[in-house]
Amino acid sequence: METDPRVYVLGEDILDPYGGAFKVTRGLSTKFPDRVLTTPISEAGIVGVSSGMALRGLRPVAEIMFGDFVTLIADQVVNHAAKFRWMYNDSVRVPLVVRAPMGGRRGYGPTHSQSLEKMFLGVPGLKVLAPNTLGDPGGLLEAAIADDDPVLFVEHKLLYTRPLLAAGQGDLADFALETGGGPVPYFVLRPAYPASLTIATYGYNFELARQAALELMMEHEIFAELVVFSQLSPFDLEPLFASLARTLRHGSGQARRLLTVEEGGLTLGWGAEVAARAAERSDDLSRCSVRRVAARDLPIANSPRLEDAILPSVQDIVNAALELSNA
Amino acid sequence: MTENYDLYKTMLLIRRFEERLLAEFSTGSLVGTTHAYIGQEAGAAGIFSVAGADDVVFSNHRCHGHFLAYGGDPYRLAAELMGRATGLVGGRGGSQHIQWRNFYSNGIQGGIVPVATGMALAEKTKQTGNLALVFIGDGTLGEGVLYESLNIAALWTLPLLIVLEDNRYAQTTPTEKGVAGSMAGRFAAFGIPVWERETADVLDVRAAAGEALRHVRSGAGPGCLLLHTHRFSAHSKGDDPRSPEELARIRQFDPLTVHAARLSSAETGQAEAEIAAVINDAFTRAAADPFPELER
Ligand SMILES: Cc1ncc(C[n+]2csc(CCOP(=O)(O)OP(=O)(O)O)c2C)c(N)n1
Ligand SMILES: [Mg+2]
Repeated sequence: METDPRVYVLGEDILDPYGGAFKVTRGLSTKFPDRVLTTPISEAGIVGVSSGMALRGLRPVAEIMFGDFVTLIADQVVNHAAKFRWMYNDSVRVPLVVRAPMGGRRGYGPTHSQSLEKMFLGVPGLKVLAPNTLGDPGGLLEAAIADDDPVLFVEHKLLYTRPLLAAGQGDLADFALETGGGPVPYFVLRPAYPASLTIATYGYNFELARQAALELMMEHEIFAELVVFSQLSPFDLEPLFASLARTLRHGSGQARRLLTVEEGGLTLGWGAEVAARAAERSDDLSRCSVRRVAARDLPIANSPRLEDAILPSVQDIVNAALELSNA
Repeated sequence: MTENYDLYKTMLLIRRFEERLLAEFSTGSLVGTTHAYIGQEAGAAGIFSVAGADDVVFSNHRCHGHFLAYGGDPYRLAAELMGRATGLVGGRGGSQHIQWRNFYSNGIQGGIVPVATGMALAEKTKQTGNLALVFIGDGTLGEGVLYESLNIAALWTLPLLIVLEDNRYAQTTPTEKGVAGSMAGRFAAFGIPVWERETADVLDVRAAAGEALRHVRSGAGPGCLLLHTHRFSAHSKGDDPRSPEELARIRQFDPLTVHAARLSSAETGQAEAEIAAVINDAFTRAAADPFPELER
């Protein structure tokens, strides 16, 4: 906002001193009082207004207080913002960012804990991005704002308080970190020994996946590569295919072993598309074994005991990896 | 030529364009659907005779009349409707989804209103002096996001003019079955002033639009131009449950007839000839244009 006067922020309860339900915008309205607009409780309205601003040369960032409410903005995203550029034969640009805090494990119950990004994957004209603890979330947000097309920016609530990881240190000490993709990076974590399995994930769930990978390494001598995406849609899975090609050589049963991890519901999720594309890429369809770890297809319960049982856990990932390895 | 002549010509252009279009549909040379503006021409002609050249316009499914009165090229519109590469948006949008200069349209009821509200906000912050106009019909009063937008536009004092064209029907549903309470009252609830006219006279529309636009352009916040009008043709192509008696009765409110009384027969004859040439040229050229290819 300092360097680009076209950037505006719109959302509910984002003014200081409150600074947003998750305090993500705290301080902004004091610094940029004219460009931080607190709105009525009107999610579709906020996103519609933002896409009109974007069509006319501004770069708005719209905040949805809880990602669960993206159902209310679906028409504005799918039938308006994401369509305009193509539908108008490339004559317009819609540089709009919608930030949506998703995810559970905070006991917020069925309507404030979901990861609904899967509903927006594959929408033509829309990018879906999600930061993680490997990259620079601020840089990713800047890339989203600089993008000429609409971006749904998915932030897992638990990431707000998580420290960023440093390559080669702490939990990453046992992995070599490769990255690529420029301002929207992917990350590949490669263990010191040849891996027999690839784990694909994004966002907060990378935290669970890397804990599971360590456990598999320490307790089961199973080595996994992790491929972590910042861009969920459109799907660009080349780094994953490269990893699968490597892990194939070291797997015992001559099968590619792919494990996907996400927090959204299992059915028709991100992992389903990843698995389908991996299978299509494999020369021999029978040689791609897949397990998907995701939330059960249930609403997310309030009680911690139930919530834990519904959302994917480190143990679920370990179990799925063991199953794959023994298959 | 006189202003009255120009207004007549604009309305006649819309009328003849839409008639030609419906005729092309019935011969099977066009596919998809269309929503004719026949009967409502005074609205667009009156408004665009006083709107600013750089004002931003968001129109709806019934957009051809708005586009032609805005100054759009009938040939590019015809080409778009025929799915040609030379169409306004290269055949990607068709009848309800066009874009040219500061004119935009989309076929989703209500959803365009917050977008136009954001455009008004952008023009305000850029201090261009332009305002945003958005067109809705009576049936669109049923969409919730409209009220989110009215609230925001009023709270933020945005230069937005909502043009509500009440043609008494939403597809087949009469307003008695679709709109409770008062139309104007819906805007009044947000403190948005309404210029309301029951008229088929383009000069009435023009006067009301002029006042409404002046208000919005002064920086006083949004306004609504509420026009009660009549649609003579079917909602789209064949869907018209109205009785022959009703259709005959509303023909007395023909904006062309009303306004023709102000012109000589030589003038109306000249307008017919000029418009016939324009329409013929538009459709003939468009029909000879190539179809677009999908880039891989
Ligand atoms: C969200 C949405 N719902 C339904 C439709 C289908 N539809 C197209 S036009 C129309 C009637 C609109 O009535 P009104 O707002 O009065 O405009 P009019 O057609 O009379 O000009 C309907 C139901 C649509 N395009 N968008
Ligand atoms: Mg109507």
